[in-house]
Amino acid sequence: MSALLEARGLSKHFGGVLALDGLDLAVAPNEILGLIGPNGSGKTTFFNVITGIYRADTGQVGFDGLDITNASGRTVYLAGIARTFQRSRLSLPLSIFDNIMIGNHKRLNQGLWFNLARRNEFRREFEESYAAARALVEVFEPALAGRLFEPVAGLPMIDRRRIEICRALISAPKLLLLDEPSAGMTHEETAELMDDILLVRARNQNLTIIIVEHEMGVIERITDRCVVLNFGRKIAEGPYRIVAADAQVQEAYLGAA
Amino acid sequence: MSGSRTMARKAVSLWPGVIVLAVATAYLIALLAAEKQALIIALLLAGIVVVIAAASFGLFESASASFTDHEDALGGCAIMAALGVAAFFHDNHFVLLLAITVLLYSVATLGLNVQFGYAGVLNFAGASFFGIGAYTSAVLNAHTALPHLLVLLIGGLLAALAGSLLLLPVLRTRGHYAAVVTIAFALLFKTFLEVNDVLGGPQGMQVKGMRIFGWSFNDNFEIGKISVSFYMNYFVLSLLVLVGAFVLVRRLERSWIGLNLDALRLDETAANCFGLAIARWKITAFLIGNFFIGIAGALFGMVGGFVAPNNYTFADSLILISILLLGGIGNPWGLIVATIIVVVVPEKLQTIQEYRFLLYALMVIAVLLFRPQGLLPRPVRRYFPGWGS
Repeated sequence: MSALLEARGLSKHFGGVLALDGLDLAVAPNEILGLIGPNGSGKTTFFNVITGIYRADTGQVGFDGLDITNASGRTVYLAGIARTFQRSRLSLPLSIFDNIMIGNHKRLNQGLWFNLARRNEFRREFEESYAAARALVEVFEPALAGRLFEPVAGLPMIDRRRIEICRALISAPKLLLLDEPSAGMTHEETAELMDDILLVRARNQNLTIIIVEHEMGVIERITDRCVVLNFGRKIAEGPYRIVAADAQVQEAYLGAA
Repeated sequence: MSGSRTMARKAVSLWPGVIVLAVATAYLIALLAAEKQALIIALLLAGIVVVIAAASFGLFESASASFTDHEDALGGCAIMAALGVAAFFHDNHFVLLLAITVLLYSVATLGLNVQFGYAGVLNFAGASFFGIGAYTSAVLNAHTALPHLLVLLIGGLLAALAGSLLLLPVLRTRGHYAAVVTIAFALLFKTFLEVNDVLGGPQGMQVKGMRIFGWSFNDNFEIGKISVSFYMNYFVLSLLVLVGAFVLVRRLERSWIGLNLDALRLDETAANCFGLAIARWKITAFLIGNFFIGIAGALFGMVGGFVAPNNYTFADSLILISILLLGGIGNPWGLIVATIIVVVVPEKLQTIQEYRFLLYALMVIAVLLFRPQGLLPRPVRRYFPGWGS
């Protein structure tokens, strides 16, 4: 089976630190891949290289038949990759609806004439988008669905996280990159959030997910396969149970015995 | 889809907006009509006290809510109020000129608001682009027979074109550095005018008054037995320009484009990860903003009948920026209120004329300290006011 996303020989250094060191990584369509490893092992750097925030020093990235090596964030998004950020990057003064619509960019008519002069057509598109956003938010938190025009700034962490995920999901991406969705939340909240993501995925069979996560309970429960990174290199790969038992992996997490 | 099921929002009354508008209009007429310095000072102090009292009773929150939800109706009332003020002072050259200044500075700050308030591109050369519009009027009215309404449009387009010279450096730099580029442009522009003999050098040049379909704007006229100042022509046209600019800026804000501009101002990296073409939208905002500023400048040149480099200095650009900070970045209503304050108060308070920049500085510092979002903060975007309530 051909991979949906395939990175080969990906390297990225910051000064003298090698954040990614010749990483090979592939994810199959419809797979949920866990990307784990100690702090500083290159997980977030991998996401940032894929989504055009950093440029890779060497290596190639292919996605869905396209070469997206060092493509801009815009190109990657248009190709069908959406992401969340480790530290929430919502636009706080804007409403919930506005934040979700930022993620819907490619499905909205961006023409100047359409936006300024065709207010009736714009209204139709607005109402359709509103219905879509509302339906998506309803899955995550029905209580939020009636409050889409409130600013995000007043919401607790869990709701912000939900909205960030809605922003990534609204454009129906082929690949979702989740960067530590559990950060700043309790176990229960994280579990609930994951169930909601799986529910959306169940409705949209074509969603592939790569998740970076420190909470191993989450990784064990939802991933099909895991890739373990250490110092920017892949040190193990396989189902969670197997990589967790791997001596090299245990050494990476716990230090040399 | 009906909006009724979407939100249990309380219907907002129209009346707080109408009352605030009526009181403000009456106050403005009283202030403009007052001649004695003691009376003017008393009126200003009374105004401050009333505003603070009204604010502590929460009157402005309900007024601002009714302005958001009933914008069309209250916009119509505001136009009537402006016409009422003009009718009251129909033969008073000085007051009408002051009112025109308010209207056209409002158009210019609406342009700056698109650039800075929405896209986050700080333009310290506002007065220069205003000047480009004014000089366009001067040159085209003197040397060509182009219809004068077309000259206004050309003034806007030339300001946008001149602004596009700045685009490359502005796009390649961020934040303060982009602002410094615009400061450099403002200083260069004035020097350019001063050494350029074709444009009159430091003495500047005269601008022929507007004439539309044979109607000369520079002649006093009579309605029945009432003689009306020629400035009334310009007042009505300036009001039309302001209404047009206001409607366009509103539509821009309440569209996906307004959302794009907010998104890139607040987090360029995240915006790019969701497909925004950052450069495209910054350019769009910068050009639209300059277009408004240029049109306002072109008309103002014809109103004044005279352009000179000293009218378009860096200091004048700072006044435009201070209006933006004072009014509430991103709120068109706030900008108009702030323009009235910044333009009218120093003109009426002759005693402080010399110190007007000191007054602006104090106002801006006070606003930044006590009300950093401006007099009328920008509300959360509603694409269709009243929708969903």
